[in-house]
Amino acid sequence: MTQTFMLDGLAIPFEDGQTIMEAAIAAGHYIPHLCYHPDFTPYGSCKLCNVNVNGKICAACTFPAMAGQTVISESEEQNRDRQRITQMLFVEGNHFCPSCEKSGNCQLQGVAYHLKMTDDHFNHQFPHREIDASHPDILIDFNRCIFCALCVRASQEEDGKAVFAISGRGINKRLIINSDSGQLKDSELTVNDRATHICPTGAILIKHTAYQVPIGDRQFDHHSISEVSMDQDSSAP
Amino acid sequence: MTDKIRIATTSLAGCFGCHMSFLDIDERLLELIEHVEFDRSPLTDIEHCGSCDIGLIEGGVCNSENVHVLREFREHCKILVAVGACAINGGLPAMRNFVPLEECLNESYMTGIGIENPQIPNDPELPLLLDKVRPIHEIVKIDYFLPGCPPSADVFWKFLTDLLAGQEPSLTYELLRYD
Ligand code: SF4
Ligand code: SF4
Ligand code: FES
Repeated sequence: MTQTFMLDGLAIPFEDGQTIMEAAIAAGHYIPHLCYHPDFTPYGSCKLCNVNVNGKICAACTFPAMAGQTVISESEEQNRDRQRITQMLFVEGNHFCPSCEKSGNCQLQGVAYHLKMTDDHFNHQFPHREIDASHPDILIDFNRCIFCALCVRASQEEDGKAVFAISGRGINKRLIINSDSGQLKDSELTVNDRATHICPTGAILIKHTAYQVPIGDRQFDHHSISEVSMDQDSSAP
Repeated sequence: MTDKIRIATTSLAGCFGCHMSFLDIDERLLELIEHVEFDRSPLTDIEHCGSCDIGLIEGGVCNSENVHVLREFREHCKILVAVGACAINGGLPAMRNFVPLEECLNESYMTGIGIENPQIPNDPELPLLLDKVRPIHEIVKIDYFLPGCPPSADVFWKFLTDLLAGQEPSLTYELLRYD
């Protein structure tokens, strides 16, 4: 007999070893997420996927599915927490969407739209972060990094390179680059690496490709990230 | 006449783009004007805000005058609205937050390209610059936020018609944009 747990009142089947996130996606249910990606080891850093499991708040992308669990995801409380978390991500970096070439295709922005976020709520930290434009093909704007470590994982797990790491704590946390100079141009990163294409925000950008998709045709212009991500995550190998 | 809704508007550290977008409601302005009356606004040239139902604020705060105007609006408006990216997160003007103020002034008035007779303006009439450009919710309480750079005419229309109809304003998925 298939094992199941309850997600927002629906029975979700799962296999041993699956997380709540994996089982939910397999069953066609979206749970908001940013640092989760089906191709890489779960990391559990953004906490956007927080769900209530038998009364305790857990990260759906790391928490194992178990028979008899009662999981609440689409509640006002869960979504309010998610909105606050998203607002923190915005004020801890520098996100000026009108001047960002990822705008319209950015998952951070997409999640914020999905959660109907109209303001940033908190005081802005305006941290001072640099841009690394040294690489001929790739640009990093550290202002937009949310430390999801997807580039770190993609570089290690798929490209076999370990170009990126996350260093420091709190507001001093930084994405660092593995090269003698610390600059991207001296790293092993190439434009065909998975790590170059994985960033959910406008932090890692491929040069000479900006603004090619007109406003109105971008990923999240008409479709919520809940639809877009279900198409992508469930079709991923 | 007197039971019309009173609206005041202002642009602080903004570019007037949000005001232009507001005017893009075009012929719907005629319908709006049946129900509303404008108080202090660049559209009326009234200098100080009287008692109002709605205050629309474009732009963040970059100088001492912005702070005074914002406080005047908060005092006189029942509903205060942050309009556009700059009011909500500082926007483009806040990109100077990463350069020390002295360096900004030097570059603009002393050492920049094409400057004649270099001097930093210090007329007492000029408002003092703040060290950082700030979003307005960090200074006063804001009741509603209309994102966008600028918010589209339809955003203004949806928001104001919702309020006029006495319902909680809300934006559809397509109207909620940060760019
Ligand atoms: S990375 Fe996303 S949220 Fe940040 S400025 Fe760019 S579009 Fe906006
Ligand atoms: S650069 Fe992008 S992928 Fe890498 S940690 Fe930052 S947000 Fe995540
Ligand atoms: S998606 Fe689960 S913590 Fe980020």
